[in-house]
Amino acid sequence: MKSRRLWSWIVFGLGAAYFLLPLLATFVFSMQMRRGQLTFDAYLSVFSDNRFQSTFTYSLLCAVFAIVIGVVIVVPAAYFVRLRLQWLRPVMEFITLLPLIVPPIILVFGHIRLFNSSSILPLTNSTFGTDLLLTCGYVTLALPYMYRAIDTGLRTIDVQTLTEAATSLGSGPIRIMAQVIFPNIFVAVLSGAFLTFAIVIGEFVLASLLNRPAFGVYMQNIGANRAYEPSALAIISFALTWGAMGVIQLLDRFAPKQARRD
Amino acid sequence: MADVSLAADKATGPGTPGPVVSRWRSQHLGAWLGVLPFIAFALLFLIIPTLFLIGTAFVDRDGNLTLQNLIDLGTDQVMSAFSISIRVSAASALFGAAIGLAIALAVIRGRLPNAIRSTVMTFSGVASNFAGLPLAFAFIATLGRLGLVTVILRTVFGFDIYKSGFNLLSFTGLTLTYLYFQIPLMVLIIAPAIDGLKREWSEAAQTLGASRLQFWLHIGFPVLWPNLLGTLSLLFANAFGAIATAYALTGSSLNIVPILLYAQIRGDVLHNPGLGAALALGMIAITALANVIYIVVRVRAERWLK
Repeated sequence: MKSRRLWSWIVFGLGAAYFLLPLLATFVFSMQMRRGQLTFDAYLSVFSDNRFQSTFTYSLLCAVFAIVIGVVIVVPAAYFVRLRLQWLRPVMEFITLLPLIVPPIILVFGHIRLFNSSSILPLTNSTFGTDLLLTCGYVTLALPYMYRAIDTGLRTIDVQTLTEAATSLGSGPIRIMAQVIFPNIFVAVLSGAFLTFAIVIGEFVLASLLNRPAFGVYMQNIGANRAYEPSALAIISFALTWGAMGVIQLLDRFAPKQARRD
Repeated sequence: MADVSLAADKATGPGTPGPVVSRWRSQHLGAWLGVLPFIAFALLFLIIPTLFLIGTAFVDRDGNLTLQNLIDLGTDQVMSAFSISIRVSAASALFGAAIGLAIALAVIRGRLPNAIRSTVMTFSGVASNFAGLPLAFAFIATLGRLGLVTVILRTVFGFDIYKSGFNLLSFTGLTLTYLYFQIPLMVLIIAPAIDGLKREWSEAAQTLGASRLQFWLHIGFPVLWPNLLGTLSLLFANAFGAIATAYALTGSSLNIVPILLYAQIRGDVLHNPGLGAALALGMIAITALANVIYIVVRVRAERWLK
Protein backbone atom coordinates (compact mmCIF):
# COMPACT_ATOMS: atom_id res chain seq x y z
CA MET A 1 0.00 0.00 0.00
CA LYS A 2 2.87 2.35 0.83
CA SER A 3 4.50 1.83 -2.56
CA ARG A 4 1.21 2.50 -4.34
CA ARG A 5 0.97 5.87 -2.66
CA LEU A 6 4.59 6.65 -3.48
CA TRP A 7 3.99 5.85 -7.14
CA SER A 8 0.95 8.11 -7.17
CA TRP A 9 3.05 10.96 -5.81
CA ILE A 10 5.76 10.33 -8.42
CA VAL A 11 3.27 10.32 -11.31
CA PHE A 12 1.58 13.42 -9.95
CA GLY A 13 4.92 15.18 -9.45
CA LEU A 14 6.14 14.45 -12.97
CA GLY A 15 2.83 15.59 -14.41
CA ALA A 16 2.90 18.76 -12.36
CA ALA A 17 6.45 19.46 -13.55
CA TYR A 18 5.50 19.04 -17.21
CA PHE A 19 2.49 21.33 -16.84
CA LEU A 20 3.88 23.99 -14.55
CA LEU A 21 7.38 24.33 -15.97
CA PRO A 22 6.30 25.87 -19.31
CA LEU A 23 4.04 28.31 -17.46
CA LEU A 24 6.80 29.30 -15.08
CA ALA A 25 9.40 29.53 -17.84
CA THR A 26 7.06 31.59 -20.02
CA PHE A 27 6.32 33.92 -17.15
CA VAL A 28 10.00 34.45 -16.28
CA PHE A 29 10.86 34.80 -19.97
CA SER A 30 8.17 37.44 -20.41
CA MET A 31 9.78 39.54 -17.66
CA GLN A 32 13.27 39.61 -19.16
CA MET A 33 12.65 42.29 -21.74
CA ARG A 34 14.95 44.71 -19.95
CA ARG A 35 18.41 43.21 -19.74
CA GLY A 36 19.45 41.92 -16.32
CA GLN A 37 16.22 42.94 -14.64
CA LEU A 38 12.83 41.37 -14.09
CA THR A 39 10.20 43.85 -15.24
CA PHE A 40 6.71 43.93 -16.66
CA ASP A 41 7.94 45.87 -19.71
CA ALA A 42 6.70 43.25 -22.17
CA TYR A 43 3.21 43.49 -20.70
CA LEU A 44 3.32 47.29 -20.82
CA SER A 45 4.46 47.09 -24.41
CA VAL A 46 1.57 44.75 -25.26
CA PHE A 47 -1.10 46.70 -23.42
CA SER A 48 -0.03 50.03 -24.84
CA ASP A 49 -0.02 48.70 -28.39
CA ASN A 50 -2.96 50.16 -30.30
CA ARG A 51 -3.32 47.00 -32.32
CA PHE A 52 -3.68 44.97 -29.12
CA GLN A 53 -6.56 47.15 -28.03
CA SER A 54 -8.28 47.25 -31.41
CA THR A 55 -7.91 43.54 -32.21
CA PHE A 56 -8.92 42.49 -28.72
CA THR A 57 -12.01 44.70 -28.92
CA TYR A 58 -12.80 43.27 -32.34
CA SER A 59 -12.56 39.66 -31.12
CA LEU A 60 -14.54 40.53 -28.01
CA LEU A 61 -17.32 41.97 -30.19
CA CYS A 62 -17.23 38.85 -32.38
CA ALA A 63 -17.56 36.73 -29.25
CA VAL A 64 -20.51 38.77 -27.97
CA PHE A 65 -22.37 38.54 -31.28
CA ALA A 66 -21.52 34.84 -31.61
CA ILE A 67 -22.94 34.25 -28.13
CA VAL A 68 -26.13 36.19 -28.91
CA ILE A 69 -26.70 34.40 -32.23
CA GLY A 70 -25.87 31.05 -30.65
CA VAL A 71 -28.32 31.55 -27.78
CA VAL A 72 -31.07 32.82 -30.08
CA ILE A 73 -30.88 29.82 -32.40
CA VAL A 74 -30.08 27.09 -29.85
CA VAL A 75 -32.46 27.88 -26.97
CA PRO A 76 -35.74 27.65 -28.96
CA ALA A 77 -34.51 24.60 -30.88
CA ALA A 78 -33.39 22.71 -27.77
CA TYR A 79 -36.58 23.76 -25.94
CA PHE A 80 -38.99 22.55 -28.60
CA VAL A 81 -37.04 19.37 -29.22
CA ARG A 82 -37.35 18.60 -25.52
CA LEU A 83 -40.99 19.63 -25.34
CA ARG A 84 -42.56 18.35 -28.51
CA LEU A 85 -40.14 17.07 -31.16
CA GLN A 86 -38.35 14.35 -29.23
CA TRP A 87 -37.73 12.34 -32.37
CA LEU A 88 -35.55 15.18 -33.70
CA ARG A 89 -33.07 14.68 -30.86
CA PRO A 90 -30.69 12.34 -32.76
CA VAL A 91 -30.64 14.84 -35.65
CA MET A 92 -29.71 17.64 -33.23
CA GLU A 93 -27.01 15.50 -31.65
CA PHE A 94 -25.59 14.69 -35.05
CA ILE A 95 -25.59 18.30 -36.24
CA THR A 96 -23.91 19.54 -33.07
CA LEU A 97 -21.29 16.82 -33.37
CA LEU A 98 -20.34 17.85 -36.90
CA PRO A 99 -18.15 20.84 -35.92
CA LEU A 100 -15.95 18.39 -34.04
CA ILE A 101 -15.61 16.17 -37.11
CA VAL A 102 -15.09 18.97 -39.63
CA PRO A 103 -11.88 20.81 -38.61
CA PRO A 104 -12.15 24.63 -38.47
CA ILE A 105 -9.82 25.08 -41.43
CA ILE A 106 -12.15 23.02 -43.61
CA LEU A 107 -15.19 24.87 -42.35
CA VAL A 108 -13.72 28.24 -43.33
CA PHE A 109 -12.50 26.80 -46.64
CA GLY A 110 -16.10 25.79 -47.35
CA HIS A 111 -17.31 29.24 -46.32
CA ILE A 112 -14.83 30.94 -48.62
CA ARG A 113 -15.83 28.75 -51.54
CA LEU A 114 -19.56 29.06 -50.93
CA PHE A 115 -19.81 32.75 -50.05
CA ASN A 116 -17.14 34.23 -52.32
CA SER A 117 -17.71 37.25 -54.52
CA SER A 118 -19.07 35.29 -57.47
CA SER A 119 -21.58 33.21 -55.53
CA ILE A 120 -25.32 33.70 -54.96
CA LEU A 121 -24.74 35.06 -51.46
CA PRO A 122 -21.46 37.01 -51.79
CA LEU A 123 -20.82 37.68 -48.10
CA THR A 124 -17.08 38.21 -48.60
CA ASN A 125 -17.74 41.21 -50.85
CA SER A 126 -18.22 43.66 -48.00
CA THR A 127 -16.55 44.16 -44.64
CA PHE A 128 -19.85 43.75 -42.90
CA GLY A 129 -20.57 40.54 -44.79
CA THR A 130 -17.17 39.13 -43.92
CA ASP A 131 -17.61 40.05 -40.26
CA LEU A 132 -20.99 38.35 -40.32
CA LEU A 133 -19.48 35.26 -41.94
CA LEU A 134 -16.67 35.15 -39.37
CA THR A 135 -19.15 35.50 -36.51
CA CYS A 136 -21.35 32.75 -37.94
CA GLY A 137 -18.23 30.60 -38.28
CA TYR A 138 -17.58 31.16 -34.57
CA VAL A 139 -21.18 30.26 -33.75
CA THR A 140 -20.62 27.01 -35.65
CA LEU A 141 -17.36 26.22 -33.83
CA ALA A 142 -19.07 26.81 -30.49
CA LEU A 143 -22.28 24.96 -31.42
CA PRO A 144 -21.36 21.61 -29.78
CA TYR A 145 -20.57 23.32 -26.47
CA MET A 146 -23.46 25.77 -26.57
CA TYR A 147 -26.00 23.06 -27.40
CA ARG A 148 -24.74 20.68 -24.75
CA ALA A 149 -24.68 23.37 -22.08
CA ILE A 150 -28.23 24.50 -22.86
CA ASP A 151 -29.59 20.98 -23.25
CA THR A 152 -28.10 20.02 -19.89
CA GLY A 153 -29.72 23.12 -18.39
CA LEU A 154 -33.10 22.14 -19.84
CA ARG A 155 -32.75 18.64 -18.44
CA THR A 156 -32.51 19.96 -14.90
CA ILE A 157 -35.77 21.92 -15.10
CA ASP A 158 -39.23 20.54 -15.70
CA VAL A 159 -39.88 21.99 -19.13
CA GLN A 160 -43.28 20.35 -19.53
CA THR A 161 -44.80 21.59 -16.26
CA LEU A 162 -43.34 25.08 -16.59
CA THR A 163 -44.77 25.35 -20.09
CA GLU A 164 -48.18 24.07 -19.01
CA ALA A 165 -48.29 26.44 -16.07
CA ALA A 166 -47.27 29.44 -18.17
CA THR A 167 -49.71 28.52 -20.94
CA SER A 168 -52.61 28.18 -18.53
CA LEU A 169 -51.77 31.65 -17.28
CA GLY A 170 -52.06 32.92 -20.83
CA SER A 171 -48.46 33.15 -22.11
CA GLY A 172 -47.54 32.58 -25.72
CA PRO A 173 -44.49 30.51 -26.72
CA ILE A 174 -42.14 33.48 -27.17
CA ARG A 175 -43.05 34.88 -23.79
CA ILE A 176 -42.65 31.45 -22.19
CA MET A 177 -39.16 31.11 -23.62
CA ALA A 178 -38.08 34.63 -22.74
CA GLN A 179 -39.62 34.93 -19.28
CA VAL A 180 -39.94 31.39 -17.98
CA ILE A 181 -37.48 29.04 -19.66
CA PHE A 182 -34.57 31.42 -20.23
CA PRO A 183 -34.30 32.68 -16.61
CA ASN A 184 -34.40 29.06 -15.42
CA ILE A 185 -31.51 27.97 -17.63
CA PHE A 186 -29.59 31.23 -17.35
CA VAL A 187 -26.66 29.59 -15.56
CA ALA A 188 -26.35 26.96 -18.29
CA VAL A 189 -26.55 29.65 -20.98
CA LEU A 190 -23.79 31.58 -19.22
CA SER A 191 -21.47 28.61 -19.14
CA GLY A 192 -22.10 28.09 -22.86
CA ALA A 193 -21.34 31.78 -23.34
CA PHE A 194 -18.01 31.59 -21.53
CA LEU A 195 -16.98 28.52 -23.50
CA THR A 196 -17.81 30.42 -26.69
CA PHE A 197 -15.74 33.33 -25.44
CA ALA A 198 -12.78 31.04 -24.71
CA ILE A 199 -12.99 29.60 -28.23
CA VAL A 200 -13.40 32.90 -30.06
CA ILE A 201 -10.95 35.16 -28.28
CA GLY A 202 -7.71 33.57 -29.50
CA GLU A 203 -9.03 31.94 -32.67
CA PHE A 204 -6.60 32.24 -35.56
CA VAL A 205 -7.47 30.19 -38.66
CA LEU A 206 -10.92 31.57 -39.49
CA ALA A 207 -9.95 35.19 -38.93
CA SER A 208 -6.68 34.81 -40.79
CA LEU A 209 -8.21 33.20 -43.88
CA LEU A 210 -11.03 35.75 -43.95
CA ASN A 211 -8.48 38.56 -43.48
CA ARG A 212 -10.12 40.09 -40.44
CA PRO A 213 -8.14 41.97 -37.75
CA ALA A 214 -8.85 39.54 -34.89
CA PHE A 215 -6.81 39.04 -31.73
CA GLY A 216 -5.52 35.66 -32.92
CA VAL A 217 -4.12 37.18 -36.10
CA TYR A 218 -2.45 39.92 -34.06
CA MET A 219 -0.90 37.31 -31.76
CA GLN A 220 0.45 35.40 -34.74
CA ASN A 221 1.94 38.60 -36.10
CA ILE A 222 3.61 39.41 -32.78
CA GLY A 223 4.83 35.84 -32.48
CA ALA A 224 6.60 36.08 -35.80
CA ASN A 225 8.21 39.47 -35.15
CA ARG A 226 8.90 39.96 -31.45
CA ALA A 227 10.85 38.14 -28.77
CA TYR A 228 9.32 38.87 -25.35
CA GLU A 229 5.81 40.06 -26.15
CA PRO A 230 4.61 36.60 -27.31
CA SER A 231 5.31 35.10 -23.91
CA ALA A 232 3.48 37.99 -22.25
CA LEU A 233 0.56 37.27 -24.61
CA ALA A 234 0.73 33.58 -23.70
CA ILE A 235 0.46 34.42 -20.00
CA ILE A 236 -2.42 36.84 -20.67
CA SER A 237 -4.23 34.16 -22.72
CA PHE A 238 -3.67 31.58 -20.03
CA ALA A 239 -5.12 33.94 -17.45
CA LEU A 240 -8.13 34.59 -19.72
CA THR A 241 -8.72 30.86 -20.26
CA TRP A 242 -8.35 30.25 -16.53
CA GLY A 243 -10.82 33.06 -15.86
CA ALA A 244 -13.41 31.72 -18.31
CA MET A 245 -13.11 28.16 -17.00
CA GLY A 246 -13.15 29.39 -13.40
CA VAL A 247 -16.40 31.26 -14.02
CA ILE A 248 -17.92 28.14 -15.60
CA GLN A 249 -16.96 26.01 -12.59
CA LEU A 250 -18.33 28.64 -10.26
CA LEU A 251 -21.60 28.75 -12.23
CA ASP A 252 -21.75 24.97 -12.11
CA ARG A 253 -21.90 25.18 -8.36
CA PHE A 254 -25.00 27.38 -8.52
CA ALA A 255 -26.75 25.32 -11.19
CA PRO A 256 -29.64 23.09 -10.11
CA LYS A 257 -28.45 19.49 -10.09
CA GLN A 258 -31.61 17.38 -10.18
CA ALA A 259 -34.72 17.39 -12.29
CA ARG A 260 -37.81 17.38 -10.14
CA ARG A 261 -39.55 15.24 -12.70
CA ASP A 262 -38.44 13.80 -15.98
CA MET B 1 -48.86 11.29 -33.74
CA ALA B 2 -51.41 10.63 -31.03
CA ASP B 3 -48.69 11.17 -28.45
CA VAL B 4 -47.81 14.54 -29.79
CA SER B 5 -51.38 15.78 -29.97
CA LEU B 6 -51.95 14.57 -26.44
CA ALA B 7 -48.91 16.45 -25.17
CA ALA B 8 -49.98 19.52 -27.09
CA ASP B 9 -53.45 19.23 -25.67
CA LYS B 10 -52.10 18.96 -22.18
CA ALA B 11 -49.77 21.89 -22.73
CA THR B 12 -52.56 24.12 -23.92
CA GLY B 13 -54.59 23.52 -20.82
CA PRO B 14 -58.28 23.87 -20.21
CA GLY B 15 -58.45 27.66 -20.35
CA THR B 16 -57.69 28.15 -24.04
CA PRO B 17 -60.61 28.31 -26.42
CA GLY B 18 -60.71 26.86 -29.93
CA PRO B 19 -61.09 23.42 -31.44
CA VAL B 20 -58.47 20.82 -30.50
CA VAL B 21 -57.28 20.18 -34.04
CA SER B 22 -56.42 23.74 -34.98
CA ARG B 23 -54.82 24.25 -31.57
CA TRP B 24 -52.66 21.22 -32.13
CA ARG B 25 -51.74 22.38 -35.59
CA SER B 26 -50.72 25.85 -34.48
CA GLN B 27 -48.67 24.45 -31.60
CA HIS B 28 -46.96 22.02 -33.87
CA LEU B 29 -46.24 24.82 -36.27
CA GLY B 30 -44.86 26.86 -33.38
CA ALA B 31 -42.48 24.08 -32.43
CA TRP B 32 -41.24 23.86 -36.00
CA LEU B 33 -40.79 27.63 -36.19
CA GLY B 34 -38.64 27.35 -33.06
CA VAL B 35 -36.39 24.68 -34.52
CA LEU B 36 -36.27 26.21 -37.99
CA PRO B 37 -33.61 28.92 -37.34
CA PHE B 38 -31.27 26.32 -35.91
CA ILE B 39 -31.72 23.95 -38.85
CA ALA B 40 -31.39 26.78 -41.36
CA PHE B 41 -28.22 28.02 -39.69
CA ALA B 42 -26.70 24.55 -39.60
CA LEU B 43 -27.53 24.01 -43.27
CA LEU B 44 -26.21 27.39 -44.38
CA PHE B 45 -22.99 27.59 -42.38
CA LEU B 46 -22.10 23.99 -41.65
CA ILE B 47 -23.64 21.34 -43.85
CA ILE B 48 -23.93 23.01 -47.26
CA PRO B 49 -20.40 24.55 -47.18
CA THR B 50 -18.89 21.19 -46.24
CA LEU B 51 -20.85 19.25 -48.87
CA PHE B 52 -20.10 21.93 -51.46
CA LEU B 53 -16.40 21.65 -50.69
CA ILE B 54 -16.50 17.86 -50.89
CA GLY B 55 -18.33 18.25 -54.20
CA THR B 56 -15.63 20.46 -55.69
CA ALA B 57 -13.10 17.73 -54.95
CA PHE B 58 -14.74 15.75 -57.76
CA VAL B 59 -14.83 18.57 -60.32
CA ASP B 60 -12.01 19.72 -62.58
CA ARG B 61 -11.22 23.26 -63.74
CA ASP B 62 -13.75 23.12 -66.54
CA GLY B 63 -16.56 21.81 -64.37
CA ASN B 64 -16.44 18.18 -65.50
CA LEU B 65 -16.75 15.30 -63.06
CA THR B 66 -13.39 13.73 -62.33
CA LEU B 67 -11.45 11.61 -59.87
CA GLN B 68 -8.20 13.22 -60.97
CA ASN B 69 -8.02 15.47 -57.89
CA LEU B 70 -8.08 12.48 -55.58
CA ILE B 71 -5.48 10.71 -57.72
CA ASP B 72 -3.32 13.84 -57.61
CA LEU B 73 -3.21 13.57 -53.83
CA GLY B 74 -0.60 10.88 -54.45
CA THR B 75 2.24 13.38 -54.87
CA ASP B 76 5.22 13.21 -52.52
CA GLN B 77 4.40 16.57 -50.95
CA VAL B 78 0.83 15.64 -50.06
CA MET B 79 1.62 12.09 -49.01
CA SER B 80 4.43 13.18 -46.71
CA ALA B 81 2.10 15.79 -45.20
CA PHE B 82 -0.49 13.12 -44.43
CA SER B 83 2.21 10.84 -43.10
CA ILE B 84 3.62 13.47 -40.70
CA SER B 85 0.14 14.55 -39.62
CA ILE B 86 -0.94 11.01 -38.90
CA ARG B 87 2.27 10.24 -37.01
CA VAL B 88 2.13 13.41 -34.87
CA SER B 89 -1.57 12.85 -34.12
CA ALA B 90 -1.06 9.16 -33.34
CA ALA B 91 1.99 9.78 -31.15
CA SER B 92 0.39 12.64 -29.22
CA ALA B 93 -2.82 10.60 -28.83
CA LEU B 94 -0.98 7.48 -27.62
CA PHE B 95 1.32 9.27 -25.19
CA GLY B 96 -1.47 11.63 -24.16
CA ALA B 97 -3.76 8.70 -23.40
CA ALA B 98 -1.10 6.71 -21.54
CA ILE B 99 0.14 9.63 -19.44
CA GLY B 100 -3.36 10.98 -18.90
CA LEU B 101 -4.51 7.56 -17.70
CA ALA B 102 -1.55 7.30 -15.33
CA ILE B 103 -2.26 10.73 -13.87
CA ALA B 104 -6.00 10.05 -13.56
CA LEU B 105 -5.33 6.71 -11.85
CA ALA B 106 -2.79 8.26 -9.50
CA VAL B 107 -5.13 11.10 -8.58
CA ILE B 108 -8.35 9.10 -8.26
CA ARG B 109 -7.26 5.69 -6.97
CA GLY B 110 -3.79 6.45 -5.62
CA ARG B 111 -4.89 7.65 -2.18
CA LEU B 112 -3.71 11.19 -2.74
CA PRO B 113 -5.37 14.00 -0.76
CA ASN B 114 -8.78 15.02 -2.16
CA ALA B 115 -7.64 18.59 -2.72
CA ILE B 116 -5.15 17.33 -5.32
CA ARG B 117 -7.89 15.62 -7.25
CA SER B 118 -10.06 18.71 -7.58
CA THR B 119 -7.04 20.87 -8.41
CA VAL B 120 -5.97 18.46 -11.16
CA MET B 121 -9.49 18.35 -12.61
CA THR B 122 -9.80 22.15 -12.64
CA PHE B 123 -6.36 22.56 -14.15
CA SER B 124 -7.21 19.95 -16.80
CA GLY B 125 -10.27 21.96 -17.78
CA VAL B 126 -8.09 25.01 -18.31
CA ALA B 127 -5.11 23.28 -19.97
CA SER B 128 -7.26 21.32 -22.42
CA ASN B 129 -8.56 24.68 -23.63
CA PHE B 130 -5.12 26.28 -23.65
CA ALA B 131 -4.14 25.52 -27.22
CA GLY B 132 -3.40 27.43 -30.36
CA LEU B 133 -0.91 30.27 -30.60
CA PRO B 134 -0.33 30.97 -26.88
CA LEU B 135 0.65 27.33 -26.34
CA ALA B 136 3.27 27.59 -29.07
CA PHE B 137 4.58 30.83 -27.52
CA ALA B 138 4.86 29.14 -24.14
CA PHE B 139 6.87 26.24 -25.52
CA ILE B 140 9.15 28.54 -27.51
CA ALA B 141 9.84 30.47 -24.31
CA THR B 142 10.53 27.18 -22.53
CA LEU B 143 12.27 24.84 -24.96
CA GLY B 144 13.07 27.05 -27.95
CA ARG B 145 16.68 27.82 -28.79
CA LEU B 146 16.64 30.72 -26.32
CA GLY B 147 14.00 29.20 -24.08
CA LEU B 148 14.49 29.35 -20.35
CA VAL B 149 14.86 25.60 -19.78
CA THR B 150 17.20 25.26 -22.77
CA VAL B 151 19.39 28.08 -21.47
CA ILE B 152 19.43 26.82 -17.87
CA LEU B 153 20.33 23.30 -18.99
CA ARG B 154 23.16 24.71 -21.10
CA THR B 155 24.64 27.26 -18.70
CA VAL B 156 24.08 25.48 -15.38
CA PHE B 157 24.33 21.81 -16.33
CA GLY B 158 26.44 22.17 -19.47
CA PHE B 159 23.92 20.16 -21.45
CA ASP B 160 22.90 21.52 -24.83
CA ILE B 161 19.68 19.77 -25.84
CA TYR B 162 19.86 21.22 -29.35
CA LYS B 163 23.37 19.80 -29.86
CA SER B 164 22.11 16.42 -28.75
CA GLY B 165 19.51 16.42 -31.50
CA PHE B 166 16.42 17.98 -29.93
CA ASN B 167 14.52 20.52 -31.97
CA LEU B 168 11.25 22.12 -30.93
CA LEU B 169 10.37 22.71 -34.57
CA SER B 170 10.23 19.02 -35.37
CA PHE B 171 8.11 15.93 -35.00
CA THR B 172 9.29 15.43 -31.39
CA GLY B 173 8.81 19.07 -30.48
CA LEU B 174 5.34 19.26 -31.96
CA THR B 175 4.27 16.03 -30.23
CA LEU B 176 5.66 17.29 -26.91
CA THR B 177 3.71 20.52 -27.34
CA TYR B 178 0.45 18.81 -28.34
CA LEU B 179 0.67 16.69 -25.18
CA TYR B 180 -0.03 19.87 -23.23
CA PHE B 181 -3.67 19.77 -24.31
CA GLN B 182 -3.96 16.03 -25.03
CA ILE B 183 -3.07 14.80 -21.52
CA PRO B 184 -5.62 17.04 -19.73
CA LEU B 185 -8.30 16.08 -22.24
CA MET B 186 -7.59 12.42 -21.48
CA VAL B 187 -7.78 13.08 -17.73
CA LEU B 188 -11.14 14.83 -18.14
CA ILE B 189 -12.68 12.10 -20.29
CA ILE B 190 -11.31 9.05 -18.48
CA ALA B 191 -11.94 10.25 -14.91
CA PRO B 192 -15.66 9.33 -14.92
CA ALA B 193 -14.79 5.89 -16.28
CA ILE B 194 -12.26 5.32 -13.49
CA ASP B 195 -14.85 6.49 -10.98
CA GLY B 196 -17.11 3.85 -12.48
CA LEU B 197 -14.73 1.07 -11.41
CA LYS B 198 -16.55 0.22 -8.23
CA ARG B 199 -14.66 -0.32 -5.02
CA GLU B 200 -16.71 -3.51 -4.52
CA TRP B 201 -15.15 -5.03 -7.60
CA SER B 202 -11.61 -4.81 -6.34
CA GLU B 203 -12.76 -5.92 -2.88
CA ALA B 204 -14.56 -8.92 -4.38
CA ALA B 205 -11.50 -9.78 -6.44
CA GLN B 206 -9.30 -9.49 -3.37
CA THR B 207 -11.61 -11.72 -1.35
CA LEU B 208 -11.35 -14.34 -4.05
CA GLY B 209 -7.59 -14.15 -3.80
CA ALA B 210 -6.73 -12.07 -6.86
CA SER B 211 -3.57 -10.01 -6.86
CA ARG B 212 -3.64 -6.35 -7.89
CA LEU B 213 -2.13 -7.29 -11.22
CA GLN B 214 -4.82 -9.90 -11.78
CA PHE B 215 -7.51 -7.38 -10.88
CA TRP B 216 -6.28 -4.92 -13.49
CA LEU B 217 -5.65 -7.61 -16.09
CA HIS B 218 -9.03 -9.31 -15.80
CA ILE B 219 -11.39 -6.62 -14.50
CA GLY B 220 -10.05 -3.06 -14.50
CA PHE B 221 -8.51 -2.93 -17.92
CA PRO B 222 -11.26 -4.85 -19.78
CA VAL B 223 -13.84 -2.44 -18.33
CA LEU B 224 -11.80 0.66 -19.16
CA TRP B 225 -10.60 -0.60 -22.53
CA PRO B 226 -13.52 0.56 -24.73
CA ASN B 227 -13.21 3.97 -23.11
CA LEU B 228 -9.48 4.03 -23.77
CA LEU B 229 -9.92 3.13 -27.41
CA GLY B 230 -12.69 5.70 -27.82
CA THR B 231 -10.72 8.46 -26.17
CA LEU B 232 -7.69 7.56 -28.23
CA SER B 233 -9.59 8.21 -31.45
CA LEU B 234 -10.97 11.46 -30.06
CA LEU B 235 -7.47 12.64 -29.13
CA PHE B 236 -6.27 11.65 -32.58
CA ALA B 237 -8.96 13.71 -34.32
CA ASN B 238 -8.27 16.57 -31.92
CA ALA B 239 -4.60 16.72 -32.93
CA PHE B 240 -5.24 16.04 -36.59
CA GLY B 241 -7.38 19.12 -37.14
CA ALA B 242 -5.22 21.46 -35.04
CA ILE B 243 -3.24 24.05 -36.94
CA ALA B 244 -2.59 27.24 -34.98
CA THR B 245 -0.08 25.70 -32.56
CA ALA B 246 1.88 24.04 -35.35
CA TYR B 247 1.76 27.14 -37.52
CA ALA B 248 3.10 29.42 -34.78
CA LEU B 249 5.69 26.86 -33.75
CA THR B 250 7.11 25.79 -37.07
CA GLY B 251 5.81 28.35 -39.58
CA SER B 252 5.61 26.31 -42.73
CA SER B 253 8.78 24.31 -42.09
CA LEU B 254 6.89 21.28 -40.83
CA ASN B 255 4.65 20.10 -43.61
CA ILE B 256 1.51 18.81 -41.87
CA VAL B 257 -1.85 18.56 -43.69
CA PRO B 258 -3.65 21.53 -42.07
CA ILE B 259 -0.67 23.79 -42.75
CA LEU B 260 -0.44 22.61 -46.34
CA LEU B 261 -4.17 23.26 -46.74
CA TYR B 262 -3.75 26.69 -45.13
CA ALA B 263 -1.01 27.59 -47.62
CA GLN B 264 -3.16 26.21 -50.44
CA ILE B 265 -6.15 28.37 -49.46
CA ARG B 266 -3.95 31.47 -49.11
CA GLY B 267 -1.97 31.12 -52.28
CA ASP B 268 -2.80 27.97 -54.22
CA VAL B 269 0.67 26.49 -53.57
CA LEU B 270 -0.41 23.22 -55.14
CA HIS B 271 -1.43 25.08 -58.33
CA ASN B 272 -4.76 23.31 -58.49
CA PRO B 273 -7.89 24.57 -56.66
CA GLY B 274 -9.53 21.15 -56.91
CA LEU B 275 -6.60 19.59 -55.08
CA GLY B 276 -7.29 21.79 -52.06
CA ALA B 277 -10.82 20.40 -51.88
CA ALA B 278 -9.46 16.86 -52.26
CA LEU B 279 -7.06 17.56 -49.38
CA ALA B 280 -10.01 18.74 -47.29
CA LEU B 281 -11.93 15.59 -48.20
CA GLY B 282 -8.99 13.48 -47.04
CA MET B 283 -8.91 15.32 -43.71
CA ILE B 284 -12.66 14.95 -43.16
CA ALA B 285 -12.45 11.24 -43.98
CA ILE B 286 -9.76 10.71 -41.35
CA THR B 287 -11.35 12.79 -38.56
CA ALA B 288 -14.79 11.30 -39.35
CA LEU B 289 -13.40 7.78 -39.09
CA ALA B 290 -11.76 8.59 -35.77
CA ASN B 291 -15.00 10.10 -34.45
CA VAL B 292 -17.12 7.18 -35.63
CA ILE B 293 -14.82 4.83 -33.71
CA TYR B 294 -15.21 7.09 -30.68
CA ILE B 295 -19.02 7.08 -30.83
CA VAL B 296 -19.41 3.36 -31.49
CA VAL B 297 -16.99 2.44 -28.73
CA ARG B 298 -18.52 4.94 -26.33
CA VAL B 299 -21.95 3.44 -26.67
CA ARG B 300 -20.48 0.03 -25.79
CA ALA B 301 -18.49 1.48 -22.90
CA GLU B 302 -21.45 3.19 -21.27
CA ARG B 303 -23.05 -0.17 -20.44
CA TRP B 304 -20.65 -0.62 -17.54
CA LEU B 305 -20.78 2.85 -16.15
CA LYS B 306 -24.37 3.04 -15.01
